[in-house]
Amino acid sequence: MYSRVYKTAVTIPPLAWVTIFLLIPYAILFCYSFWSVSSLQVIVHNWNLQNYTQLFRNPLYLTVLLRSIRIAGAVTLLALLLGYPLAYYLSFHAAKRKDLLYQLVIIPLWASYLVRGYAWKTILGSDGVLNGFLQYLHITHRPVEFFLYSPFAVILTLTHIYTPFTFLPIYASLEHVPRNLVEASHDLGTPPFSTFLRVILPLSLPGILAGATFAFVLTLGDFLAPLLVGGSSGIMISNIVVSLFGAAYNWPLGAAISLCMLLLVVALLSATERLEKRFTIS
Amino acid sequence: MSSAFRSSRAPLLTTYALLVYAFLYFPIVVLVVYSFNGSGVGGFPPSGWTFDWYRQLFRDADLWAAVLNSAIVAAVAVAISLGLGLPAALALDRAQFPGKALFRRLVLLPLILPGIITGLSLLMLFVGVGMKLSLVTVTLGHGTALISVATTEIFAGLQKMDRAQEEASLDLGANHWKTFWRITFPNLRVSLIAAALLIFTLSLDEIAVTFFLIGRDNTLPLEIWSRLRRGITPEINAISTLILLFSIVTILVWYRLRTRTQQAGESPAAAALLPSSLEGEHS
Repeated sequence: MYSRVYKTAVTIPPLAWVTIFLLIPYAILFCYSFWSVSSLQVIVHNWNLQNYTQLFRNPLYLTVLLRSIRIAGAVTLLALLLGYPLAYYLSFHAAKRKDLLYQLVIIPLWASYLVRGYAWKTILGSDGVLNGFLQYLHITHRPVEFFLYSPFAVILTLTHIYTPFTFLPIYASLEHVPRNLVEASHDLGTPPFSTFLRVILPLSLPGILAGATFAFVLTLGDFLAPLLVGGSSGIMISNIVVSLFGAAYNWPLGAAISLCMLLLVVALLSATERLEKRFTIS
Repeated sequence: MSSAFRSSRAPLLTTYALLVYAFLYFPIVVLVVYSFNGSGVGGFPPSGWTFDWYRQLFRDADLWAAVLNSAIVAAVAVAISLGLGLPAALALDRAQFPGKALFRRLVLLPLILPGIITGLSLLMLFVGVGMKLSLVTVTLGHGTALISVATTEIFAGLQKMDRAQEEASLDLGANHWKTFWRITFPNLRVSLIAAALLIFTLSLDEIAVTFFLIGRDNTLPLEIWSRLRRGITPEINAISTLILLFSIVTILVWYRLRTRTQQAGESPAAAALLPSSLEGEHS
């Protein structure tokens, strides 16, 4: 029904733009990751794998990388533990209030990242709200320092920020669980919890996978929360990248780390997509 | 509704859900309360209710310059992302071409890719072609990253559209151009306005991509960011409260517009974040 001219006209402009501003930059990132920096702080185009070997040999990078994976894992788990029951409640128990409750999750989903990160900073700081509260109740007598500037603060802040992201695909998949299957299970005398385990949970697996992917990937790539609330013990891999592109001036090494992250994201997305297809009933 | 749904009293689950909401809203409430606190950003209980921080905020010329910068960046980013997201959505919906799967993946990737990667790779491009970092590079970055949002939003609108009208128009002899402006565009208007609102808010709040592409002039989040390093005052709580207020209003309007174009019970935005979202039901 649509002519060739029409199809070309709608395809070429976005294709060209995306090629220039996304594909070519990724290609440049790829190239940089095989280059190196001379002692005179000049980028030399001698192709080698030095950056990648350094990434896995240098104990500093490895420590931070492992910490980042641990933090991302913790955030993912917590976001699922908070997001899944919430989605389940909305989908199966909220009845008339569903729409309102849904909007209450959408607001923190899209509302300013910086504002929410900053809010945690004012809560956790040594003269922050939490410390003030604890002293007010005479539970502690001097400020507790470890609330802020710790991996704990990073995990808490990022869990807060990414829980709505995890909620969303889980909720979507729960909404698609055919209600007659749930009813059939009940009618056949299955106790509610078994129905959940054997019918609802497996059918919501694609949503869980998508939600977990979002939380994991976005946490792993986050450099703002560690700067805001993490301190030196909360440094993550992306902070290393930022410093390599700034003061440390080693773009090639920074590019190598970024490329690894990019490949991880693409791999996780493909895996999720494949699993999603397998577990979705059409 | 059968017996399965009548047993919807689940006190434990309800309590748990309430606690999750409390967790989501607790920091926001604290932030807003302390923007009226006379004695600083922390401490308990808040004391000395005041509007001083808001007064200080309204006199703060640097902050308003940053607000203006952000508004300009966001407005142009909306134009770029809608201008390219609309044809991209049409292409994904209606055209078959080699590399379509890659194109789809590429357009949508910034939706989920950490901002640092989009930011850094664009930084390398701009430095490579000798472009100076400024609000222009920031705008190009926002526009590019947000094509993903525009595409998913408009694509959802296209899926709900009645194809027969377009077919009728073409059968009656109108050309594609005329059909687009008389039928397709008016049908998509609500989706376009909704997408524009969401993109405007997201651009206004964007910080990760901006961080790498910023020149001398700051956007609002970057201005706030640089102040955080110098020490914090409730003035930041005050501007944050205003940002939140603006975001909440636009998000709610976006949501209302979005649900208007969709059937009840469907979950807007959820589809946008699922990896398989842009595999059209009809192609």
